[in-house]
Amino acid sequence: MMQTQVKKRPKFLDLREIRLPLPGIVSILHRISGGGLFLFLPFLIYLFDLSLTSPETFATYQAIVGHWFVKLILLGLLWAYLHHFCAGIRFLLLDLHKGVELEPARQSARVVLMVSLALTVILGVWLW
Amino acid sequence: MVKRLVVGAHYGIKDWLIQRITAAYMALYTVIFAFAALTLPAMTHEHWQALFSGRLMQLLTFLFFASLCYHAWIGVRDIWMDYIKPLGIRIALHVATALLLIGYLAWVARVLWRL
Ligand code: HEM
Repeated sequence: MMQTQVKKRPKFLDLREIRLPLPGIVSILHRISGGGLFLFLPFLIYLFDLSLTSPETFATYQAIVGHWFVKLILLGLLWAYLHHFCAGIRFLLLDLHKGVELEPARQSARVVLMVSLALTVILGVWLW
Repeated sequence: MVKRLVVGAHYGIKDWLIQRITAAYMALYTVIFAFAALTLPAMTHEHWQALFSGRLMQLLTFLFFASLCYHAWIGVRDIWMDYIKPLGIRIALHVATALLLIGYLAWVARVLWRL
């Protein structure tokens, strides 16, 4: 008789147990940032419209982006864009088979995370 | 035996490539825009509007948004396909995404060429 043995594979679906490797973190954040940018696109185009149309709408634009809560949202979107940008360039290089070995891939993932955070802080402080 | 209908391969290759070409162009535009915006004499309506009144900047900016919309269409569609299984909901989301993006692009065109 054949015995089907159910293998006990470790399943790490417990969110407190999941440990994504660094490149995995960069990857999921790339998806989240892309989706987030898409969701906020109408808001950003609305601001773009206000900022360009007339001196009056420009004043409205300045009043809106002057609010601390809006600034916080824009700061989040700035990070999303910068992370998506840096991670996107990393993916493009990987597609060209640049840096696909484990160590370089880990290194570049770390660089992406740090550079996008650093740029967000620098630009964020400067623009706030 | 696995029965597979062999038809023209490489579906998706075209989208994959377009997503990357648009990504490269957006990255390039981002650098151009950042440079132009950071070297603006002052952040006033006058200077800001002048920046987007040049024909070249209008073209480059429109191309950026056109790339963005095509890029986001492919990307967001992939996300729906990964997480949304019921066909009806999925198709509704695809249609909504496409219509929204087309609308956004028309909106940007109107903003730019009103200047
Ligand atoms: C400089 C600008 C950008 C670059 C370099 C870039 C790069 C990329 C690349 C290379 C991919 C493919 C990733 C993969 O298949 O694993 C991608 C996916 C995607 N991008 Fe962008 N992108 C840019 C801007 C944007 C913007 C502005 C949006 C949103 C409005 C966006 C939304 C998305 C989405 C939703 C995906 C799909 C993510 C996924 O499937 O996980 N991207 N991007």
